Amino acid sequence: MDGSGPVVAFWLLAAVTLVAAGGVLVSRNLLHAVLFLILAFIGVAGHFVLLSAEFLAMAQVIIYVGAISVLLLFAILLTPRAGRDNGETKAFPVGALLAVALAAVFLFVINDTNWKTVSESPALAPEALGEALLTSWVLPFEIASVLLTAALVGSIMLARTAEEEAEDALA
Amino acid sequence: MVPLENYLVLSAIIFSLGVYGVLARRNAVLVLMGVELMLNAVSLNFIAFSAYLDPDRIIGAVFAVFIITVAAAEVGLALAIVIRLYRNRSTSNVDEAASLKW
Repeated sequence: MDGSGPVVAFWLLAAVTLVAAGGVLVSRNLLHAVLFLILAFIGVAGHFVLLSAEFLAMAQVIIYVGAISVLLLFAILLTPRAGRDNGETKAFPVGALLAVALAAVFLFVINDTNWKTVSESPALAPEALGEALLTSWVLPFEIASVLLTAALVGSIMLARTAEEEAEDALA
Repeated sequence: MVPLENYLVLSAIIFSLGVYGVLARRNAVLVLMGVELMLNAVSLNFIAFSAYLDPDRIIGAVFAVFIITVAAAEVGLALAIVIRLYRNRSTSNVDEAASLKW
């Protein structure tokens, strides 16, 4: 990638992502927070496109923007009082201090390290990714499927109402 | 081309914002959004490393795929717990679910 296009795109996407991530943290309305979070997810997906990982950008849009945000909206709408009382905990100065300290450590390490970047790296091929997932990474892949099944069963069990449980006990 | 450090700084800032969200917000759903921001920052970091440091580009992408999978499982389970907490205690604030505190 040559020219100033990718640089301009990087700064625009970075601004969008950071403003949206900040908006998640300052908005008092939970629905606004979810909308900001969706914007942040889309910004990160744009960064994936810039880094020529288009497949992951699509996965990001489908799973984060499509599925996870809708789940978050479900949880917000199923817990009605949650829309009103969502300020900070009493420990929020400690949290802010820790976050700033963590950012300082990260920035120091990033600045201090001599990154040995390779000059020309190819675009990420979805075929190669799929082949790697089903050959050298097949065990983690299967463990991830078991994890998803367990999470599915677990969330159904947790979210059932008492009446549904009573019905199952009778049957 | 944008230098690698820009991506690292960006994802470090997103990660720290997520940490602040997890530590400081009362609402359990907002805490969860902080976790999602942190996971997103980490997968951005993995993709940036795989684009700038790895000639094959596969390993970082594999990690990002697993992060997305685990994030989906985690958010489903956590939201079930939030709904259960709301049903039992009529709250979804993390600092009011303190009955295990001594």
